[in-house]
Amino acid sequence: MEKIAVLVEHRQNEVRDITFEMLGKAHQLLEGGGEVIALFLGDVSQKGLLDQITPHAHRTVAYLDSNLKDFEPLRYQAAFTNIFENVDCQLILMGQTAFGMDFAPAIAAKWKIPFTTDVVDIEASEELHAIRQMYSGKVNAKVSLKPGEKMLCTVRAGAFPAEDIPTVSGELQEITGAIEGDFSARTFVEYLEAAVGDVDITQADIIVSVGRGIKDADNIPIAQELADALGGVVACSRPVADKKWLPKERQVGTSGKTVKPKVYIALGISGAFQHQAGMKGANTIIAVNKDPKAPIFSIAHYGIVDDLFKVVPALTEKVKELRG
Amino acid sequence: MDIIVCIKRVPETAEADLVIDGSKKAIDTDGLVFSINEWDNYAVEAAIQLKEAEGGTITVISVGPEENNEVLRRALAMGADEALRLTDPAFEGSDAYAMAKILAAAIKDIPHDLILTGVQADDDGFGAVGVALAQMLELPYAALVTDIKKEGDTLTVHRELEGGLEEVDTLKLPALLTIQTGINEPRYVSIMGIRRVAKKEIGAKGVADLGLSEEEVGLKGSLSQIEELFFPPVGEGAEIIEGTMDEKAEALVKILKERGGIG
Ligand SMILES: Cc1cc2nc3c(=O)[nH]c(=O)nc-3n(C[C@H](O)[C@H](O)[C@H](O)COP(=O)(O)OP(=O)(O)OC[C@H]3O[C@@H](n4cnc5c(N)ncnc54)[C@H](O)[C@@H]3O)c2cc1C
Ligand SMILES: Nc1ncnc2c1ncn2[C@@H]1O[C@H](COP(=O)(O)O)[C@@H](O)[C@H]1O
Repeated sequence: MEKIAVLVEHRQNEVRDITFEMLGKAHQLLEGGGEVIALFLGDVSQKGLLDQITPHAHRTVAYLDSNLKDFEPLRYQAAFTNIFENVDCQLILMGQTAFGMDFAPAIAAKWKIPFTTDVVDIEASEELHAIRQMYSGKVNAKVSLKPGEKMLCTVRAGAFPAEDIPTVSGELQEITGAIEGDFSARTFVEYLEAAVGDVDITQADIIVSVGRGIKDADNIPIAQELADALGGVVACSRPVADKKWLPKERQVGTSGKTVKPKVYIALGISGAFQHQAGMKGANTIIAVNKDPKAPIFSIAHYGIVDDLFKVVPALTEKVKELRG
Repeated sequence: MDIIVCIKRVPETAEADLVIDGSKKAIDTDGLVFSINEWDNYAVEAAIQLKEAEGGTITVISVGPEENNEVLRRALAMGADEALRLTDPAFEGSDAYAMAKILAAAIKDIPHDLILTGVQADDDGFGAVGVALAQMLELPYAALVTDIKKEGDTLTVHRELEGGLEEVDTLKLPALLTIQTGINEPRYVSIMGIRRVAKKEIGAKGVADLGLSEEEVGLKGSLSQIEELFFPPVGEGAEIIEGTMDEKAEALVKILKERGGIG
């Protein structure tokens, strides 16, 4: 592998972490040889963002057009065509993010680029192998891509470190000129900020978080009682918010909140990576789950393999005793 | 409005002890319970709500063996009108790209204003088939949809971004959406409901019926393939607290006290 291209991800005038995670991995795969190429699609007004990118890529190719300010897949695809035809590279990295999931599969299908998604590691010796997870993180798969002129992987957020990316100060190559075509079939309108709730879980020191294992809305009080006894708040995984057992603003994870409490108690949560991303920064993680193989135990500090409906009342009892 | 929904039958694995089979390329599914992919259940409900408001028909399509008729019947019981199963030994080993090709071949012969898929399948977790399918059918699309409003031939949708942020987009029909969980509350399916559709004919089409060649599907038609499955390295992992329930609770209280967990 000699040349790896990374599609820069930015939103609301910020470069997203996944960009640096991919740049870091690209450098590592090339081991100092080869060329890391950053691809940037955006508006001229966003050119300032490039200052964060160019130091970490041997070459940055930026397509600057007022129509590229916010992500619209049809326009982005048209702009990408230009890059695709002119930038020589063997591997393209994009994020398995709300942006990449809406863009990468279409790019791969359009140009029949061998690809796979949600990759947690890449090995590029003789052949390219991607490691990805299946069955909600319970099994890993080593995947090979059909040899092609170019290949594409979408990378899971948080799979690679965003810090200590080699600095190389590469050149900047700008592409300007309007993108041609009728793109009205899908247009961006606006962003909607997340609703604010009555409880801000991001400020809590102690979080008791419930997952699908809580089984029913009627069982939420069991967790609430423990949280009250500990002086903490109740949060949840996505299915619990999806079913409206708790309000959306209590959801922890990539599409919810990121929390860093002193203690995070996960009850009946399997530990999908989207959930982990929101809570792995907690000082102490305690997991209660019936399944000893639940991925949550790989990041928890302490675990109890048992029925939460037995553990939680027993624990609540003890905490109440202690507090008299 | 005529809607097509792509639904997958997947094993429930959250509480199961998984075993990798002898080929090392698949898990042993004996003894696992299968059901409709969670995301697809929300997609079927979204289609039914649109049909209730706009009229039209819903066709559900699933690629897989005869057992997939279970999830198709379930969707019929929920309110879909027609069901189609795509099946052929040649489909074995299809990746997201080949799967999209199979679905595209079937869908191009069925009139449609809107196609819905799930954001991702719970088993392979590609999160790719829907968007690849839209590209092959050259339809405008949006992924990770959490809200749909229709006005004339325009849809206004919400897309879920990270951290609770959402985006509003408009799309012109015909279009494809990949549906995110939580968009609605999927209706309950009663045994009576399933019984009512038990006799409904479910068509099956193979590779030739779809006008595809064997080279275009399965492993040969895929852009990627599984070499080997293995269990994630355990790493340090959690310290597991053992003992009677009383001892476990006692140990937890101690940890909580030490770690500032009693505020
Ligand atoms: C784009 C995208 C964004 C997402 N964003 C998020 C997000 O922000 N946050 C999030 O959480 N998820 C998110 N998800 C969903 C995520 O992939 C998982 O589906 C979800 O986290 C699973 O939730 P869970 O662990 O509660 O449920 P499950 O995976 O079903 O796990 C339930 C667990 O409970 C255990 N259990 C059951 N009964 C008991 C009992 N009596 N006692 C003890 N344990 C029991 C089971 O062993 C199992 O491990 C997202 C997915 C996508 C595709
Ligand atoms: N075998 C299948 N039959 C029907 N639809 C499928 C099949 N596989 C994937 N899909 C659709 O594609 C979506 C995304 O799946 P994936 O890209 O595999 O994660 C699913 O939610 C389904 O709507």
